[in-house]
This record gives sequence, structure tokens and C-alpha cells, in this order.
Amino acid sequence: MPVNTAIQQIWFLVKKDLVLEWRQRHAFFGILIYVVSTVFVIQLMVHQPEEKIWNALFWVVQLFVCVNAVAKSFLQESRGRLLYYYSIVHPRNFIIAKLLYNVVLMIIMSLITLACSVALLGNPLIKPLYFTGIVVLGGVSLSLLFTMLAAIAAQASQNAALMAIMGFPLILPVLMLLANIARSAFVTVLQPGLPRMFLLLVGMDILTIALACVLFPYLWKD
Amino acid sequence: MKKSWLSISNIAVILVSVVIALLGKESMAISLPIAAGLLVVYFILKRMGVPMQNAWKVLSVLLLLFTIIAGFNVKVPSIGTNGQTSRNLVFHVPMWIAMYTLFTISVVNSLRYLATNDLRKDILASSAGSVGVLFGVMGFVTGSLWATYTWGGTITDDPKQLSTFIALLIYLAYLVLRMSFTDLDKRARVSAIYNIFAFALLIPLTYIIPRMQDSLHPGSASTPGFKSSDTEHTLQLVFYPAFIGWTLLSIWIYTLRVRYKRLALKNILHG
Repeated sequence: MPVNTAIQQIWFLVKKDLVLEWRQRHAFFGILIYVVSTVFVIQLMVHQPEEKIWNALFWVVQLFVCVNAVAKSFLQESRGRLLYYYSIVHPRNFIIAKLLYNVVLMIIMSLITLACSVALLGNPLIKPLYFTGIVVLGGVSLSLLFTMLAAIAAQASQNAALMAIMGFPLILPVLMLLANIARSAFVTVLQPGLPRMFLLLVGMDILTIALACVLFPYLWKD
Repeated sequence: MKKSWLSISNIAVILVSVVIALLGKESMAISLPIAAGLLVVYFILKRMGVPMQNAWKVLSVLLLLFTIIAGFNVKVPSIGTNGQTSRNLVFHVPMWIAMYTLFTISVVNSLRYLATNDLRKDILASSAGSVGVLFGVMGFVTGSLWATYTWGGTITDDPKQLSTFIALLIYLAYLVLRMSFTDLDKRARVSAIYNIFAFALLIPLTYIIPRMQDSLHPGSASTPGFKSSDTEHTLQLVFYPAFIGWTLLSIWIYTLRVRYKRLALKNILHG
């Protein structure tokens, strides 16, 4: 089957990653256990936290899950295989495929984290659907940013610690926005700036995608 | 030195004369001739062949001397809880202006590096980044000191203070990233990409988010700025020269750092 158009190329790369993920289930289930054990540790320490702490802990867990889930997307690829991709697809298609794959992975992880948190830490949510929406949006934002950073960190002698150093300051504004937006899901508060915060978050996502598309070809010039 | 009209000295002298002219306010009759005189003397000296490419350094020293002497002696208006601490305005705010100037220089040179693959551009970008961090730290320290005496805490939950702290962390990460490479070309390329990425996210972080929330800083949503209280324009009189003086000083440090780095990499650049 000929693979010519950009959309087909991207689709094949995403499908390849998903199939690979399913065949090498150890990584996926590894992160799953990571999620469950982290939430369980929190449960052992604070039992049923009040809503403000629940919110804070939830996003911290999300952050670490995202770092672990996304970091391997570039670190697991061998040099030879990257060179092979480079010879058959345009780098822009490659990064879009990686972004898409990580977004899908992170949405699944976010929902699992949410389910675990609700099951183990109690359910302080008064608007569960609204919060689920924010969790998905947050998962997308986190995975987009960390995919690009993982690509940069992969260049720097496969340094996973570097990703945390670069990523945490960059992700802080996103996390602050997410935690602020999520407050409405726990208590009935009046937040006049809510639509603007959503716009800003979506704007930052679009900015990240655009920057990734423009800058990634330079990163791959090896 | 390039024989370009757009030299730092020309820009600095023109900026200073414009500021002097505008600061006159009611007494434009005095300030306008001074400004015009400065311009005329500068360009006549230049025409006569006097080497003026370092005039901006002299200007920087003079402006900073003026800032320090006048900043501590001028009669300041009493604004809210600030009292005499308002004098910090001429030290604290210009640090941020200098920092943003240097970060902009840094990101422009990173873009130019990606376009040309010239290692010299990378030296410009990294030097501007590190000197920018220096000025950012000084801005943070002067701000924290000010906060200790007016807001009742060194580190408060003021959104601007928090976001600038994050901005500094982002650029410290840039410097750490640079240390983790041994290959010069790879280091230049990857750090240029991170620099552009970081700068693009820095703008929403430090310009949009702090404006969406209430800040303890004067001039934000719920508090009036200094400008309305400064009825005698004494602070303004020092503030704008300070602004140019500190920025010129930061560029001066930056050029020194560039020269040092060029010497350190001499064999690679010319070999």
C-alpha cells in the first residue's frame, strides 16, 4: 500500500506506535502500576484529603505520570531506527505523529489517574463531568509540552533528568492555570476570568504545536 | 566596528536627548535646547572624526551616576505604604527592562543561529542569556527587599513575583542544558531551539497571567500606579535616565562577555 500523503504518513506512524505499545505491554503497565502505587501512597499518608489538597495532589501525580509516560517516547527509539524514519518521512510529520500518539496515551493515563484518585482518595467533586473535561484538556497540554521537551532531551545524551529541569519551570504556568480552572469543580465559586483562562490554555497548546512543527526539523538535522 | 548608522552610540544619544526633551514638561524652553545641544555636539564631534563608538559607555556611566546621586537625594512623593522606599523604583524596574532586552537579544541570535549555523551567533545568544539571568536575579533581589518593607514578606504570593521566579528558573534550565553537551554544534543547535521555545512561553507567563490576577504591584488591576502620585515628576526625572543607563550597562557587560567567549573559542572559530 503506497504511503504518500502527509496524513497517511502520520496515521501510519501513530498506528505503529500504538501497535508497538500494545505488543510491548510492559511499559504501559509499568506506568499503570506507577499511577496506582503513587495514588495508594498518598492514600496511606493522608487518607481522604480535603478538596484543595486533593486538587493539588492530583495535578502533581498527573505531572509525574506525564514525565514518565512521554519521556520514553523518544528515549526508547534507537539511533538506527531514528535514522530510518528520517530517511522515509518528513520530520514535521514525524513530530505530529509523536504529538498525536502522546496525546492519546496521556488522555488514557489521565482518565486512569482520575479513576484511581476517586476510588482511593474519595470523591470531593461536585461537577464530575466538568472536571473530567479539564483532566483531558490538562493531559493534552502536558503531553504536548513534554513531547517537545523529550525531543530536546533525547539530543542531550539521553538525559532524563534534564527533561525535569527544563520541563518543570515551563509547565508551571500550565499547572497553575489548570489548578485554577479546576477549582470550580470542587466548590461553587465565582470565577470571572474563567473563559479567558480556557482561551489562554488552548492558546498555549496551539503555540506549542506550532513551535514543535517549526523547530523540530532543525532538531533532527543530524 | 561596523560603519552603520544603527550603532549603539547613535541610538543611545538620540534616546537620551528625546528623554531629556520630554522630561522638561512645563519648562520645555530649557530642556529642548539641552537635548538639541547634546545631539548637535555629538554629531559634530562624530563628523570631525572623533571616535565616538564608545560614547554610549560614557553615557551609561554618567546616567548611572546621575541615577544613584539623584535617586537617593531627590524629594520623592509619599505613595501608599512606600514612603522613602519609592526610591527603589529607579533600581528595581530598570533591571527587568535590561533583562527583557537581553533575553530578546538572546532569542533573536538563536533564530539567526538556526538560519546560518554560525557559532558566533550562538556565543551572542548564550552570553545574552547568562547576563540576562544576572539582571533578572538582581531585579528579583531588589524586588524582594522592597517587598520585605512594604508588603510584609520577602517572598509573597504576588503573581508577578512568582512568575518572574519561574522565568528565572526557565533560563537557569537553559544554562544547565548548555552544560550537558560536549559537542559545540549540537549544543548550539539544541539550546537555540530550547531558547526559542522558552521565550515564546515566557511572554504569556510574564505578560498575560500576572495581568489576569490581582497583584500587590502598583499599576495593576486594583492599585494605582506611581505615575498619578508623582505630581512633581521628581521620580520620573530619575526613572527614565535610570532606565536607559541600566540597559546600556547590561549591554556593556554583555559585549564584554561576548569578547571573552570569543577569545575562549578562538581556535575553533578561526581554525
